[in-house]
Amino acid sequence: MTYILPKFRHPALPKNKLGYTIKEYEGALSTLCAGCGHDSISAAIVHACFDLNIEPHRVAKLSGIGCSSKTPTYFLGNSHGFNSVHGRMPSVATGANLANRDLIYLGVSGDGDTASIGMGQFVHVIRRNLNITYIVMNNGCYGLTKGQDSATADEGSKNKAGSVNHFHAIDLAGLALELGAGFVAQSFSGDKTQLIPLIKAAIQHRGFAFINVVSPCVTFNNNVGSTKSYDYVRQHVEATSTIDFVPIHEEIVASYEQGSNLNIKMHHGEDILLHKLAQDWDPQNRLSAANALLKARAKGEILTGLIYIEQDSNDLHDILNTSNEPLNGLSKQVLCPPNEALEAINAAFR
Amino acid sequence: MKPTDISNPEYFHKVVDCQYACPAHTPVPEYIRLIAAERYTDAYMINWVSNVFPGVLGRTCDRPCEPACRRGRIEEEPVAICRLKRVAADFKGSVKELMPDIPTQKNGKKIALIGGGPASLTVARDLAPLGYEIHLFDEQIRGGGMMRSQIPAFRLPETVLNEEVDYILDMGIHTHFKHYVSSLKELLDQDYDAIFVGTGAPRGRDLPNLPGRQEGAANIHIGIEWLASVAFEHTQKIGKKVIVLGGGNTAMDCCRTSRRLGGEEVKVLVRSPFAEMKASPWEKEDALHEDIPIIDNHVPKSFVVEEGKLKGVMFEKVSPVYDEKGKRQLLPTGEPLVFVEADDVLIAIGQENTFPWIERNIGLTFDKWEMPEVNAVSYQSTIPKVFFGGDAAFGPKNVITAVAHGHQAAVSIDLFCNGLDVLTQRLAPTTNLVSQKMGIHEWSYDSPITTDLRFLVPQADKKLTLSNRKKEVELGFDVQTAFKEAQRCLNCDVQTVFNTSSCIECDACMDICPTSCITFTNNGEEEDLRTRLSAPALNLTQDLYVSDVLKTGRVMVKDEDVCLHCGLCSERCPTAAWDMQKYLYNVTKAGHSCSK
Repeated sequence: MTYILPKFRHPALPKNKLGYTIKEYEGALSTLCAGCGHDSISAAIVHACFDLNIEPHRVAKLSGIGCSSKTPTYFLGNSHGFNSVHGRMPSVATGANLANRDLIYLGVSGDGDTASIGMGQFVHVIRRNLNITYIVMNNGCYGLTKGQDSATADEGSKNKAGSVNHFHAIDLAGLALELGAGFVAQSFSGDKTQLIPLIKAAIQHRGFAFINVVSPCVTFNNNVGSTKSYDYVRQHVEATSTIDFVPIHEEIVASYEQGSNLNIKMHHGEDILLHKLAQDWDPQNRLSAANALLKARAKGEILTGLIYIEQDSNDLHDILNTSNEPLNGLSKQVLCPPNEALEAINAAFR
Repeated sequence: MKPTDISNPEYFHKVVDCQYACPAHTPVPEYIRLIAAERYTDAYMINWVSNVFPGVLGRTCDRPCEPACRRGRIEEEPVAICRLKRVAADFKGSVKELMPDIPTQKNGKKIALIGGGPASLTVARDLAPLGYEIHLFDEQIRGGGMMRSQIPAFRLPETVLNEEVDYILDMGIHTHFKHYVSSLKELLDQDYDAIFVGTGAPRGRDLPNLPGRQEGAANIHIGIEWLASVAFEHTQKIGKKVIVLGGGNTAMDCCRTSRRLGGEEVKVLVRSPFAEMKASPWEKEDALHEDIPIIDNHVPKSFVVEEGKLKGVMFEKVSPVYDEKGKRQLLPTGEPLVFVEADDVLIAIGQENTFPWIERNIGLTFDKWEMPEVNAVSYQSTIPKVFFGGDAAFGPKNVITAVAHGHQAAVSIDLFCNGLDVLTQRLAPTTNLVSQKMGIHEWSYDSPITTDLRFLVPQADKKLTLSNRKKEVELGFDVQTAFKEAQRCLNCDVQTVFNTSSCIECDACMDICPTSCITFTNNGEEEDLRTRLSAPALNLTQDLYVSDVLKTGRVMVKDEDVCLHCGLCSERCPTAAWDMQKYLYNVTKAGHSCSK
């Protein structure tokens, strides 16, 4: 009987620049159902942080409620974490980010947590352009309460019990695009070669970065007729491009045919190298990106990959003109001005 | 790469590193689990069937299994397989009634076994239950061969040896002790249907040309002859200052025996560097523990004899020099010769085969090294009814190899006596592959991996052991320690079996595998594939398990190297594409081939 993760690791595991192996980025053993797509996304996050040489203590992972929101326990066990109230992760993340702008914020949510109970929070955090990577593990159902259809279940999709969903699905990527998000991507939990570079790019993006990841629920939504099953997604995935994330000071080695390449410089100097597969699509043009999404939807396809990116956007700190120093680095005097300061302000109004 | 053919019995056998490395292919993890379950008798019988002398081997085996043990690749030390075997022997209940019945009605075939060592006794054990009339010849007063004459009693108590030799002799074997067979031709002329030669490698190497060898002869002894003479109690004493020449296990037995027979200043001097000595590391440790210095890089030049009395040995200091190919040469350092005082010298520099009793004109072919021509599969010589095994077949090895030879020779003899072909009609091993699933997270074996390091075997007090030649030094594990040591076993025989058609490629197994063994990727040539896995597969002695093509066009590749057999891949698999299945591999013994 094992709910016990063995301590031993492969003796020849590669080390990153910090001297850490992948083990230092792992979390506790997952208690999700065997084969859950969410576990693959957790593994992708682990790999992305390992590859980016991120010190685990510099990451704060935040989540709401649901299967997806349980996953922060299963990755980055040496990082900060906050499992918040249902749908309220953006508020907690906003508070944390305003207090300490130096951490890397990773928000993990599900389709219920984001598209139903937390919709209000979701749209506003996009609007405010909080510097966070917001990942939705989207399985189209409420797996924790036995698989009822969620707000992202596609119209006509059949659940495990055989009943058909009659409601129109909320397209989270389209919504993020509409509300002005500076980084919008879609992916599939079963495709790590695409998901890992996307997460890396999202983490390095300054401002709100959104990734909607279709993640099959093996227990309640992996049946024939479901549009979020492993088989269906694999058959209907349409990638915008292949993506390579190239860190600073590293040579770009991938070579593609002329004309289909796109090299996007990130805020900190990294490159995203795209090899375009979709026609009539410009990832740096919001209209073109929205168009591509709508076209794919009309064809019954799931558009994956980087959909939209705007390299230079003002994040919440820029907009509010906040302190450059995290609050924990400021002295008590600066944080709590004396009574005289208040008096001076009040006097100014007299 | 082509998909792995798991129906080939050798594929999963190779994954069970210990069993694969064992010459007799004893199902090691199987009996270790039984020890953990306190089923010592059953554990003993698995050993007895496979290696015939569990009690003896549990103390003295060369343990080829331990360097092969997977545990040694994931942490510092392998499982103490050998000493666990002894636990089975120490704590077993009555086993006599579990042993095969000996038919009173014989099958009419008569077999002669020459030499009473492990190889011959194994042949006897395998053939007696089939109804053969077996005659065993040995020049000594009791059976056991080198296990009796060369392994000192402080490592192998006589009671243990007697018990296991007697299990076999009690099968109605006709023993002819104190009977030196001086002519093979004579035996061939008698009515034996087959003859097995298990006479070992009985001649110890000497240094006949070293000056002073003749003059000092009274105090210069050949190691294995001296050990035999101690074992049979012809020799009771040795001088206070003793030099042992040589660096193998016999040298270690010689020096430690000397300490018990009055040797106060016993030294081992060896030509090669300490690290390259032939002796097993643990035997060197035991010698050092008994205050015996091992002085390496010393080559004997002459025996110093004054007034007819041995005074010591003159040595030349050398240092090892290696050429590009790593070949070693021992070159003199040019320092003055070193004189080491000694009352007695034991020469333990190797042993060789000798067959003075086999006539060279009876059709038995010898090669240029004066070794008989023996088939490596059937152990048959150029006289069809004469078979060889143990050290007599291919030169000095060890007990477990002799047992393995004995089993195979017995198969051949049985085939031969039934008029069947000894090469083409041998049967494949028996194998069995059974799922161990008991529930969603439950297996019929202990899948959690302990982090305990190897436990040390306690030893008796040195004062006591050095004063009594027969007092066993190692005390063996108690049952509590045995349990903990047994739990270190990774159950490598519980195989990860992959079913391509059920896999939905959710990656769960790849994500959970603690030792990064599993990868889903595009297929390629092995060399290329080994570099593209979750962790590089650098150990080329370990296979890659490759699936058929999956739905996405990729394949599953598992590097067997450091798999913990923890079962997590299988537990995290939603479709049971992975299953943990216990693989039992048994070498087919004599008898099965003729039963219809």
